[in-house]
Amino acid sequence: MAMRRYRSNEHDRSVFSRRALVLFGAQGALATALGARMYQLQIVEGEKYAARADRARIRPSLLAPVRGQIVSRDGKPLAVNRHNYRIVLYREDVEEVEETLDRLSDLIPLPPLRRKALTEEIRRTRAFLPVVIAENLKWEEFAEVNANAPALAGISPELGLTRHYPEADFTGHLVGYVAAASERDVERAGKDGALIKLPGMRIGKSGVERVEEIALRGKAGLSRVEKDAHGRPIRELERREGTPGEDLTLTVNMALQKYAMQRMGEESGAVVVMDIYDGDVLAMASTPGFDPNGFVLGLSQKDWLSLRDNEKKPLSNKAVSGLYPPGSTFKMVVAMAAMEAGLVGPGHSVYCGGHIELGSHRFHCWKRGGHGTMNLHQGLKQSCDVYFYDLAKRIGIDKLAETARKFGIGVLPEIGLVDAKAGLMPDKTWKRAKLKEPWYPGETLHAGIGQGYLLGSPLQLAVMAARIANGGYEVHPRLVRSRNGERVRSRSLRGTGIDKAHVEAVQRGMYGVVNEPGGTAYRSRIALAGHEMCGKTGTAQVRRITTAERATGVLKNSELPWKERDHALFVAFTPADDPRYAISVIVEHGGGGSKVAAPIARDVLLKLKFPTEIPEGAIPAGADPVFTAETDDEDESEDA
Amino acid sequence: MTSVENHGTAGPTLPQKLLRLNWPLVVLIILVAGIGFAMQYSVADGNVDPYARKQMIRFAVSFVGMLVVAMVDIRFWRGTAYLFYGFSLLLLVGVEVAGSVGMGAQRWIDIGPIRLQPSELMKIALVVALARYFHDLPPRRIRHILTLIVPLLMILIPAALVVKQPDLGTAVLLSTGGIVIMFLAGVSLWFFALLVAGTGGAVYAVFISKGQDWALLKPYQYDRIAVFLNPELDPRGAGYHITQSKIAFGSGGTTGEGYLQGPLSRLDFLPEKHTDFIFTVLGEEFGMVGGLVLLGLYMVVLLFGLMTAMRIRHLFGRLVAAGVCMTFFAYFAINMAMVMGMAPVVGVPLPLVSYGGTSMLVLLFGFGLLLSAQVHGKVAFPRRGTVL
Repeated sequence: MAMRRYRSNEHDRSVFSRRALVLFGAQGALATALGARMYQLQIVEGEKYAARADRARIRPSLLAPVRGQIVSRDGKPLAVNRHNYRIVLYREDVEEVEETLDRLSDLIPLPPLRRKALTEEIRRTRAFLPVVIAENLKWEEFAEVNANAPALAGISPELGLTRHYPEADFTGHLVGYVAAASERDVERAGKDGALIKLPGMRIGKSGVERVEEIALRGKAGLSRVEKDAHGRPIRELERREGTPGEDLTLTVNMALQKYAMQRMGEESGAVVVMDIYDGDVLAMASTPGFDPNGFVLGLSQKDWLSLRDNEKKPLSNKAVSGLYPPGSTFKMVVAMAAMEAGLVGPGHSVYCGGHIELGSHRFHCWKRGGHGTMNLHQGLKQSCDVYFYDLAKRIGIDKLAETARKFGIGVLPEIGLVDAKAGLMPDKTWKRAKLKEPWYPGETLHAGIGQGYLLGSPLQLAVMAARIANGGYEVHPRLVRSRNGERVRSRSLRGTGIDKAHVEAVQRGMYGVVNEPGGTAYRSRIALAGHEMCGKTGTAQVRRITTAERATGVLKNSELPWKERDHALFVAFTPADDPRYAISVIVEHGGGGSKVAAPIARDVLLKLKFPTEIPEGAIPAGADPVFTAETDDEDESEDA
Repeated sequence: MTSVENHGTAGPTLPQKLLRLNWPLVVLIILVAGIGFAMQYSVADGNVDPYARKQMIRFAVSFVGMLVVAMVDIRFWRGTAYLFYGFSLLLLVGVEVAGSVGMGAQRWIDIGPIRLQPSELMKIALVVALARYFHDLPPRRIRHILTLIVPLLMILIPAALVVKQPDLGTAVLLSTGGIVIMFLAGVSLWFFALLVAGTGGAVYAVFISKGQDWALLKPYQYDRIAVFLNPELDPRGAGYHITQSKIAFGSGGTTGEGYLQGPLSRLDFLPEKHTDFIFTVLGEEFGMVGGLVLLGLYMVVLLFGLMTAMRIRHLFGRLVAAGVCMTFFAYFAINMAMVMGMAPVVGVPLPLVSYGGTSMLVLLFGFGLLLSAQVHGKVAFPRRGTVL
């Protein structure tokens, strides 16, 4: 029995050993497979995984460049980056959130509603990400928090930059404002989309901020930060600073701009002053203004609605987007068109009996009873409608439109501002295309006095005046004078092809308007030799005067509701003997151009020539006194 | 000529046992554990806390335990085998009950200061119990197919309990361990042929029934199986872990980023980096060279263990020793395959290297049994139904 057991055990052992070897063989095969897998992952695909590992842990992030600043030609800051003192909280470093907020509320204002929202935001935000507790703090508040920092673990006072517009309402339209990019902005920005999406990044939404967005924005920097799996930054591996945006100097003279805004007072309208040779826009006022700083910091619903629903439309830049019938300020163009067509000379005369007949229609002159016999000079000086009805009838609308476009009427000004409008210079083709109607001869007469379909912006009228003043050269308005201190070259002047003699005839007429007795703006003349102003008044009718009304007597403006009153217009240039500056003034529903708009132009041009003190005798005895801004000195001391 | 002549029933004395102990194997074990300490130190960013120090203490305690177990006569372990198995089974059931009461999946149980995973304990208990069963079986009866019903049940009952936890990985590990012991015990090859055919057929049936009227599983169960087999189908869950693990492991290249330098390990990209994914850290820091060294060490431990087993003169000792070796192999093979994306994500630690108390204790207890069997390899050890 013992032998048998022994044999059996030996048999078991050999079976065991055989099978154990088989097992070990199988295990060896599996281990080889594991080794092969290591080779595949680490050697064959090693590079790929190494690259993926880098991508997983290293996040490149864009560094926002510092936005370029904007100053006026006289050195006043218009758009600056101001320190934004803010308090942020990092939850992971805070011991007790509520307690910390309690302590903070002793130092800075923290209304209960804001606090509730904050508690929620802190709860939702990942522990290592900052939550902004308060922004745009006063320096005293910020310093207070700083001083108490040891007792406020997890609270970090930080310094950011926000855009600030020191001139506020005075440059709201012109400089514009910045705000966070919308989704559409990001889409349109293309390559820079990622940059403008950065938190805290703002882009130009209107005015120069928008036109010069690319230049002001600068180039993004890059930082390569190692982050852990939760996105928590660990260390910076590489940092490449971006290029700051360009600092811009505008063509605008801030003192003049401010004066123009103040001179307009409560009126709704616009003033544009430009250099007739280099196109520098020295002032571009649109009233009422608005404070762009509100848009940067965030506007309350109430403030927004009151801006939006104001009938004087403070948000629109009327200087470039307000369109008005140019009225009589258009008559210079009519005169030049007639002379260019070779139909008339300056001596051409027309009898004004108060109206002109065309078919069964009667076209009235503004002066009941008429002006009598008028030549070109008289026609301009006294703004005789009948004289220009007659010229327009002779020229025809298409030729008139051709000349008008040479003076910028109906042509989009090349100023870049996105809200700039082209206005309208009608002709036969336009009417057939747009209104599907033929052109009626009566409409040519309306165009002859700047009414009817005709529309132009204050900027266009300034351009028109500038081109007349410089002898018929195609000057274009511009807003940027230098970039990073380097002067922007002005465009070389191209002639419009208008005969210089014809332009000069018109200039003489404009001289007469202001400086000769009987001229419509005689009361607004500048009496200093060498500083005389040449101009042309305009009164644009916004309602239709019915035959019935004409029979009983045309209503005076003061008898009409504001919205139905005439627009007052005035275009001018100065000085008369060697012109340099052109101006256009529009006062919406202000009444007559001679009474309302011309004095504004006179004051603004005087301010331009005599910034500090207007010499004695600058205005004739009996004229309205020159406006002086009362708050001027106070503002100066505030800036200092 | 026989073992009886050498020692009699009393067996060797303690000094004899210590001398006879397979010291090279013991040294290899210490070496592997040492790699573990180094890796625990690394995942704590070069600190002994919170992992390395605790791991060393656990190892020291378990190591002493292993030597004690090794000194105890192997016949004692045979005597207590069923008790041990029964105890482990009871704990498994207990966890099941406590788990269902506690409304969640529980895998561990508190015994005094020790938190024990009964499924870990069962891995060794099953080995010992099966070894005793086949040791006690009269040699002729091993060919009888009915005698296999008992060991199969011994495997299936704990496996089923573990599946319910749910811990499919451990269940597979238990089953293969049990089957391997049956294989080494000399069960007819026909049985294994049948087993393979049966299991294969069942799996095949489950798969082809998908989407049919007679589907064997519910659709969500198929989805679960699909994710289990291919974690990348679920990129936010298990797939995320595997993807991160592959990236970190692969980025190690030939020689790795250097000790304490693995960027992804350091930056929290790896889940469970101190436990189940410790091999990924090793791969990232030491590259393929490091991975192959560890794999090589493991295989040497395995080879020593199996060679030791072959020299044991009694079936119980051979089966226990080989069973422990098989469990050890299953641990590291499954873990490595898992972190390299070759196997489903199952909670199997890397033996002696992963941070964790139960697996360390259980594994060294297993090695203690192996050494006990080795030390007492020539004791008289009658099989039931045979006469001394």
